[in-house]
Amino acid sequence: MAELLQFVFSGLTVGAIYAIVALGFTLVYNASDIVNFAQGEFVMIGGLATVFLVAAGIPLPLAALIAIVSAVIVGLLLHRLAIEPAHGATPVTLIIITIGASIFIRGVAQIVFDKQFHKLQPFTGETPIAVLGATILPQSLWVLGGTLVIVAAVFWFLERTVAGKALRATAANRLAARLVGIDTTMVLMLAFGVSAAIGAIAGVLVTPITFTRYDVGTILALKGFAAAMLGGMGSPIGSVVGGLLLGLLESLGAGYISSTYKDAVAFIAILLVFFVMPQGLFGGRHIERV
Amino acid sequence: MAKLTSSRYAQVLLLLAVVAVLPLLFPSSFYLRVAALVWISALAAIGLNILVGYAGQVSLGQAGFLGIGAYAVAVGPAHLGLHPLVAMVAGAALAGVIAYIVGKPILRLRGYYLAIATLGFGLLVALVLTSEGAWTGGPDGMSVARPVLFGWRISGAETWYWISGLFMVAGAFLALNLLDSPGGRSLRALHDSEVAAMSLGVDVATKKLAAFVLAAVYAAVAGSLLALMNGFITPDAAGFLHSIEIITMVVIGGMGSVLGCVVGAAFLVMLPQTLTFLHDYEHAVLGLLIMVFMVLLPRGSVPSIAARLRRAAA
Repeated sequence: MAELLQFVFSGLTVGAIYAIVALGFTLVYNASDIVNFAQGEFVMIGGLATVFLVAAGIPLPLAALIAIVSAVIVGLLLHRLAIEPAHGATPVTLIIITIGASIFIRGVAQIVFDKQFHKLQPFTGETPIAVLGATILPQSLWVLGGTLVIVAAVFWFLERTVAGKALRATAANRLAARLVGIDTTMVLMLAFGVSAAIGAIAGVLVTPITFTRYDVGTILALKGFAAAMLGGMGSPIGSVVGGLLLGLLESLGAGYISSTYKDAVAFIAILLVFFVMPQGLFGGRHIERV
Repeated sequence: MAKLTSSRYAQVLLLLAVVAVLPLLFPSSFYLRVAALVWISALAAIGLNILVGYAGQVSLGQAGFLGIGAYAVAVGPAHLGLHPLVAMVAGAALAGVIAYIVGKPILRLRGYYLAIATLGFGLLVALVLTSEGAWTGGPDGMSVARPVLFGWRISGAETWYWISGLFMVAGAFLALNLLDSPGGRSLRALHDSEVAAMSLGVDVATKKLAAFVLAAVYAAVAGSLLALMNGFITPDAAGFLHSIEIITMVVIGGMGSVLGCVVGAAFLVMLPQTLTFLHDYEHAVLGLLIMVFMVLLPRGSVPSIAARLRRAAA
């Protein structure tokens, strides 16, 4: 029992990060049908920039803030300079553009920062907290709490603000949204900005546990995409559940089946879900007009 | 020129001519090796183009199939005593069978499901190749025995240049013929509108599956050639980044264009070689060039340029 709980704790911690990356995927996808493979790079920028700013003597909260703002600027520039000019290209072309962007951002990061692994000091000590025979790191609580706040904020944004409603309208029907006066280009820019911000915050939160390096974004984008698909592409709540579930699957797979093949366990589980629920866990039924 | 890119025989002849003439221009055998790499990558890209360009499906795990072909000629002779050529055919067959099994349930779904399934599949192949060290040498890779055919030991940059060149031209010829066959036409029809194709009686799922299996076999053959030429193979050949590289070749060259695949392969193979002088800036410049390329020529280089030439001629 204690062992199971331990796996659940570590699975949820990793899963929370997947969930935020998946949420970022979903926001951009809803506004544009683009799968933004540079999503993981925002997490990297958030973590790595904070590490270097802290090392330069800037206090952690300010360093984190600067890092998050930098990630947002990168996200907005990505939209303005690469996505917007390619307006009207096929989805595959747009995917390749974001992949090019992710290679570019990684390349710049290895020049601006370096190629070493870096760690951030945990925010509130390293003494594990005992829970029912298992232990949880204080930083894991930061990650889980931070994720909860981010998810709540994003949902509040989507449900309660005019900008969020515009994003949901664009997701439902882009043409109709434009007809009622929604600037869908603005909406996409907003989606890039928000997904960059939440990705960077996740990066700051998780770096004390997982370490970070210029190239950690690739695997995060991969897992985040898988999580978003598992939850049902386009569903914000689905991406959060998908992320947590993917983290749990990996952790339980590593604990009970094989630590070498934990990624295999997770992906096979995802494929099995698709066979039973082709739209993912929370995806709406897709009805196509002809 | 516009006419040249429209007839399939003209395209094959053009490729043959390029393969035949290039060695005359090369000052050293280093260029032959790079060109052979271009032909091998182009072969994988041409195969993927059948799936992406003709049938409109995205695969993000093509390197997984390439890895199967590569390790077939490495593991087969070393552990099972197979002749490299037999191992190569077995690898291609294995890739095809796996593509059939993976593709059959997945290709019924729409959207990015094939992308995620192939992505997971590619990851699995790389994982198995890295983890089963007793068979594959683990992350450090393994050496591949030089193939011997009727007492002739196949090696040397020049030999491999011609072998890879011929395989690439043959692959291009097959793909171009497919495009003009009833099967290829129905593939293109479902690319344009799946519903329209379906209502005209095209068995959409079966056609997509055939394209997926064919793409896998192309990739496996390319992988076998790569392993045999290099005499060495590591799991990176099956990795996610390599998959991305192959699909980028197709998109940069121009989806649906066989010549485009060769251009895209040349671009992505030669670029890192020419950018090495940039040292640390290499990746940044590579990413930047891919972005600039796609933003300026969203349909890919060959179709965009061909369209421009047609406009100029008209």
